[in-house]
Amino acid sequence: MFSSVAHKKILDKLMLAVFFTAGLITIFITVGIVYVLLSDSIEFFKEVSIKEFLTEKEWTPVFATKKFGIWPLVAGTFLIAGIAMLVSIPLGLLIAIYLSEYASVKVKEIAKPIIEFLEAIPTVVFGYFTLLFVTPILQKIVPNLEGFNSLAPGIVLGFMILPYTASMAEDAMKGVPQRIREASYALGATKLRTALTIVLPAAVSGIVAGFILGASRAIGETMVVAIAAGMYPNLTLDPREPVQTMTGYIVQVALGDLPFGSIEYLSIFAVGLALFLIAFIFNSIALWLRSRIREVY
Amino acid sequence: MVIGSMIESIKNFFSFTAERVSEMGNAIQKPEGEIKLEVKDLNFYYGEFRALKNINLKIPTKKITALIGPSGCGKTTLLRCFNRMHDLYPGSRYEGDIIFHPEGINIANPKIDVLDLRRRIGMVFQRPNPFPKSIFENVAYGLRVNGVRDKKLIQEKVEWALRASALWDEVKDRLNANAYSLSGGQQQRLCIARAIAIEPDVLLFDEPTSALDPISTSKIEELIMKLKDRLTIIIVTHNMQQAARVSDWTGFMYLGELIEFANTQKIFTVPSQKLTEDYITGRFG
Repeated sequence: MFSSVAHKKILDKLMLAVFFTAGLITIFITVGIVYVLLSDSIEFFKEVSIKEFLTEKEWTPVFATKKFGIWPLVAGTFLIAGIAMLVSIPLGLLIAIYLSEYASVKVKEIAKPIIEFLEAIPTVVFGYFTLLFVTPILQKIVPNLEGFNSLAPGIVLGFMILPYTASMAEDAMKGVPQRIREASYALGATKLRTALTIVLPAAVSGIVAGFILGASRAIGETMVVAIAAGMYPNLTLDPREPVQTMTGYIVQVALGDLPFGSIEYLSIFAVGLALFLIAFIFNSIALWLRSRIREVY
Repeated sequence: MVIGSMIESIKNFFSFTAERVSEMGNAIQKPEGEIKLEVKDLNFYYGEFRALKNINLKIPTKKITALIGPSGCGKTTLLRCFNRMHDLYPGSRYEGDIIFHPEGINIANPKIDVLDLRRRIGMVFQRPNPFPKSIFENVAYGLRVNGVRDKKLIQEKVEWALRASALWDEVKDRLNANAYSLSGGQQQRLCIARAIAIEPDVLLFDEPTSALDPISTSKIEELIMKLKDRLTIIIVTHNMQQAARVSDWTGFMYLGELIEFANTQKIFTVPSQKLTEDYITGRFG
């Protein structure tokens, strides 16, 4: 196709406008989300004081005497995320060390896409897998494990976030220059020693960044906990009891028929804002750590 | 062939060249005195590719031996045979023997203890490669790897190694600083300190100054010459002046073969091989 110079210029300007609009839409959506969260949260905090929200130990929005203390939801969220990290950090590190330092190219080519495929599985599948498969098995091992609990979803989440913990740790270790490994081997060090005392510390900022992004993902995860953890806001650290997470509560309320503008309706925005802040802090730390990967070596 | 015609023209130019051709058998000379490493009929393969061809060579004890030759001639490949660095990568294969005297360990034997071998044959690399740790920990690492636990002993050895590599005065006040806060030349001397801290018998240098400025280069060269009193040194270099300056013996390699091995003075003044002479006089390279 031969077009004139003027024709090309118009096309150029048109494309620029398209790209600019696309970028603008993303910004508007982000700003819009924050605006909705903030404005509805402000409505909520007109009726419930921030003090009550942060000091009350019960969360009973559907009871006659409504109490809005965020801690049971925060506890449920962090209990499950904590269990997920307890599973994911050691497992992720072992996988990362194996893939980066020991596995042959062939094994790596097969194993890495499989780990990253975990991300492509719909989380609702993980949710029912937890409720109908993992919990019954765990009930045979763990006494007094209830049908809804935080242990099973925590363990499953631990596997679900392996694309962050294992895969990002492996990327960080792979980024350590080969000549630093060679220096270690040339002094008579074993593979294990080189991996643990040279490669792992050199890659630590990238590895920790992966862990934090994984934790952030576990905190924000919704379907698995909504299906398998229960609907009971419970200020407990017992992994056998049912709990409710912040995301779980938002799902529960959002699915019910609630009058627009009611206090229960508004409460999900306050919870959402709290969740947003937690995730924002975690991701900021992870990004800061990641920028430190570019350390000179 | 270009090289063939070049050789022909040189032959005509130097009338005595014809005599030297008859000396072909003497191209690989045997150093007098004690021998540290003895390479016998060594062939080395990367997969199917034969990177070293029938190498025969004797490395003298407590002398500096330089390996020179154009890129791809196999000099670094040969160097990395001595501490079996090739083992890190799949598909490498040795044929022949590399005898490590006085015990007579055959380095080319896949069954030997490679970790112990590498403790005794250290290496300094082309680009400075300190660990992303403190200056102190860089030097202490080799000691820790080899099971030294005594803190006082480690401290003594680290100081000794840093002094021996002419770095102590520059770093004694900041031993806990990150090794990457040092200049390139200092980093390379740190790598030398790290290598000698475990007191190896042999130290391999793989183009140790190719990434350094002239001043750092001359410091490293001085250091290498000083280390000769203590250990056997093999240095691979692109820089012929460097080989001429620092080494006692020089091997010239070309396309995986050792073309000539002789006393450095001899090889740089009256090489017995036309190929060596062409390379040294800069006719190719």
